[in-house]
Amino acid sequence: MKNLLTNSARALAVVAGVALAAPAALAAGDGPVVERQQWSFSGPFGQYDKQQLQRGFQVYKEVCASCHGLKYVAFRNLSEEGGPGFSEDEVKALAKEYFIVDGPDSEGEMFEREGKPFDLFPSPFANEQAARASNNGSYPPDLSLMAKARAVKRGFPLFVVDVFTQYQENGPDYLYGLLTGYHEAPEGVEVADGQYYNTGYVGGTALSMAPPLSEEIVEYTDGTPMTVDQYARDVSAFLMWTAEPKLDQRKSLGLGVMLFLVLFASLLYFTKRKIWRNVEH
Amino acid sequence: MAGHTKYVPQSAPAKWLESRLPVISLVRGSFVDFPTPKNLNYWWTFGGIAFFVLVTQIVTGIVLVMHYTPHETLAFASVEHIMRNVNYGWLIRYLHANGASMFFIAVYIHIFRGLYYGSYKAPREISWILGVLIFLIMMATAFMGYVLPWGQMSLWGATVITNLFSAIPIVGESVVQWLWGGFAVGNPTLNRFFSLHYLLPFVLVGIVILHIWAFHTTGNNNPTGVDVKSEKDTVPFHPYYTMKDLLAIVVFMIFFSWFVFYLPNYLGHADNYIEANPLVTPAHIVPEWYFLPFYAILRAITFDIGPIPSKLGGVLAMFGAIAVLFVLPWLDTSKVRSATFRPLYRIAFWFFGFTCVMLGWLGAMPAEQPYVALAQLFTVLYFAHFLIVLPLLGFIEKPKALPDSINDSVLGKPAADSTVGKSSEAAA
Repeated sequence: MKNLLTNSARALAVVAGVALAAPAALAAGDGPVVERQQWSFSGPFGQYDKQQLQRGFQVYKEVCASCHGLKYVAFRNLSEEGGPGFSEDEVKALAKEYFIVDGPDSEGEMFEREGKPFDLFPSPFANEQAARASNNGSYPPDLSLMAKARAVKRGFPLFVVDVFTQYQENGPDYLYGLLTGYHEAPEGVEVADGQYYNTGYVGGTALSMAPPLSEEIVEYTDGTPMTVDQYARDVSAFLMWTAEPKLDQRKSLGLGVMLFLVLFASLLYFTKRKIWRNVEH
Repeated sequence: MAGHTKYVPQSAPAKWLESRLPVISLVRGSFVDFPTPKNLNYWWTFGGIAFFVLVTQIVTGIVLVMHYTPHETLAFASVEHIMRNVNYGWLIRYLHANGASMFFIAVYIHIFRGLYYGSYKAPREISWILGVLIFLIMMATAFMGYVLPWGQMSLWGATVITNLFSAIPIVGESVVQWLWGGFAVGNPTLNRFFSLHYLLPFVLVGIVILHIWAFHTTGNNNPTGVDVKSEKDTVPFHPYYTMKDLLAIVVFMIFFSWFVFYLPNYLGHADNYIEANPLVTPAHIVPEWYFLPFYAILRAITFDIGPIPSKLGGVLAMFGAIAVLFVLPWLDTSKVRSATFRPLYRIAFWFFGFTCVMLGWLGAMPAEQPYVALAQLFTVLYFAHFLIVLPLLGFIEKPKALPDSINDSVLGKPAADSTVGKSSEAAA
């Protein structure tokens, strides 16, 4: 009963728009309680913050990429509209840092060449078996779609409220919660060897990924604080972009469509009234 | 239909065409001059809205097929290709994915409107039965469409639902393997679902035409449920209802766009952004929201009934929940159509609506107590509405006095001292 009351109270607070940073409680189901974060891309006018995506890419490249792939993302995407906004030259230079297996050549041999902007990010491991062999038996998942692939249970009445508040950021909220969720295991909680206690993990209390982030592990050059919290935010935003690269276009087109439809519907309403004015109905 | 127009071709080309194929008078009789009750409210616009969404699904679907690859190793990647590389591919796919939900929203409102105003009663039984058939086929179409992106929920949802057929005695296992084209849901299953998912919407269009033909033969029902008596009761379909339907469709498009542009993944399941993997079972396998009430009924039968094992019982109950709709016109014994004049039925109607919502909620809950017991309770209530309440109400309910005509009702004329027996409805 107390839970129900607090949940309803929180739902009301969200409706009033005063508790955007308050913990959005799970009314039912398993998984961690995911706290709502502030994102530049939330809401009807939300757009990605290019600087944040660039920093997030830096975190991915220097930390995550050693184990996790981005197989649906091409280098060229980094310079496309609605993305981190790197220049085409920067992308060319970046692609050259990677070696891509290509071929077969005219001798029938496979060969390695420098990456080109049209190439997809190469996987860090040759195959699943190689990945498991290097990771204590676990398989680091591809991150391209991760920000849309983790179900955060909401329960009643929050799932109804979400329709009106347009809450679609549960993915990045979850990723941020996971990356900042590493703590000492509390008294009485057994954590197996090679497992790490985490309060934000959807699959249990511990996972096989060691805490990937630490203070100043990535060198930011624009004066942004080099904290675990900031890294987690930036890389979660970046992974939202890899999962939903057309979000900027979607929301700006959506605004135009909505304005047109509302105007069109009003004109139709008055036309309909005029047509029906002499008919009692 | 054609008989509803006084159209006489004037120009030479029109005369030439009309004498060979009277298509102009058919269209004029059906959608221009067609006499329509003048008191239809906005609940009547959902038929047109549902047809609009069906056309949208067909158009977006045809474009998606130009870029999609139905193969177990390529399907998931081809959907991502649509989302990332095809011009406005994200828009077309989100329209199609959310369009399925919009189709069900429109059709559910359309069905409940028919229930409230008694549109299924004589002489519109055929229209109603064709409508239930449309509902059944669109459920099959939506289910197979959800499999095509080949995500985790596609694969496992297909596995759970196709496995239902294994409940059929003796031949169940063979039937399931025949459906799969193998020993598990795999590439042959994906290919045949793709083929049928492309075919069935066109079958739907055909049945929709019959559905409209049927109620254009009997004339529309209307909020009073009283038959049309004279020309004073009707207006021509055009421009009155073309305009009203268009307005409703555009307002519905605002609602549709809210999801497509701002909540495109709200109605889907996150697990479907993980590629299908036969070796990993998702923690919870949940069907799409529009199947949840029926899923709850399926899972409510947890016990054997005589010789019927619980699994078969669940399948029979689930299909029975739709089958009972086919015979609804003969289960309702009341001569009065509209709930406006049926005080007891009105209560039963809203309680039935509540039952369906509760079943929907229970379908999303894990199969454990207290949800199982609640699902059993509401399953009983669902069937009781059709099999006990509706047959009895016709005998025990005293309907309110009906207006003499639609025109009288619109003008607010009090009903004459009419009993049901005196009204035209009884004659119908």
